Amino acid sequence: MLNAITISHVWVLDQDEALDFYVGKLGLEVTSDQNLGFMRWLTVGVPGQPGRDILLELPGPPSMDEATGQQIRAEITKGASGFAVGFSTDDAHKTYETLLAKGVEFTQEPVEREYGTDMGLRDPFGNHIRIVQFAAVPASTTRS
Amino acid sequence: MNRELEQANRRLLRARDAMDRTYAQPLDVPSLARIAFVSEAHFIRTFRSTFGETPHRYLQRRRVERSMFLLRETDRSVTDICLDVGFSSLGTFSRTFRDIVGESPTDYRKRANVPLAPTCFTMSWMRPSSFGEARTPADP
Repeated sequence: MLNAITISHVWVLDQDEALDFYVGKLGLEVTSDQNLGFMRWLTVGVPGQPGRDILLELPGPPSMDEATGQQIRAEITKGASGFAVGFSTDDAHKTYETLLAKGVEFTQEPVEREYGTDMGLRDPFGNHIRIVQFAAVPASTTRS
Repeated sequence: MNRELEQANRRLLRARDAMDRTYAQPLDVPSLARIAFVSEAHFIRTFRSTFGETPHRYLQRRRVERSMFLLRETDRSVTDICLDVGFSSLGTFSRTFRDIVGESPTDYRKRANVPLAPTCFTMSWMRPSSFGEARTPADP
């Protein structure tokens, strides 16, 4: 049966701008950046956590028609892409202050929940990202 | 043209996020319009065309969602919760709550269970609909 999650994807509108955010601001590292001809295969991951990548993927041709790509881009920019990705941290408040100083757009400052200290932010395109410092012993709920 | 739409969407989303953060304060259309880089009149119109409801209705749902959370998970009085989430009149709160949720705040509190999900998701997914399909307790 399945034994790991290895890769997932986030739609982005510009891969260079995505790198500026996910690597330059959030502190992820590039795990692959290849020109495959038909697409730029660009993945990032948390430093020190190999084998768990996020594909920063452009919506549009040739994987879909131009009109569909435009629909997806419009949905992302109005926040309708849903929950994109969640990260954990050892120090929520320090992470918040560090990212805030870098100009990251927070939707929710750190708040205490049963499962830990939780905060919300958006990437430059509108994707919703959460960062949680998990409580040592979650009170009553599941991890996000 | 499409890039302009995307940029306009993104600015409107920034304004909507600001409403989510400041839900307990009065609706400040001039400030929100500045965040969205549009005129006040244009803000209400474009917000509605983008998100399917007026800023006022969005704020009402946000406040009602917060009040549902407080009714479920605290022992605060209905009046205190009404004021906590930004309503200035208990009558308006009760009427709006019933209009959106389909039952009174007190009845909701009696039957509500604390959901076993992270709060960020209950905030999004338990927010009552504004499109008339809010279910009553008797619905399946």
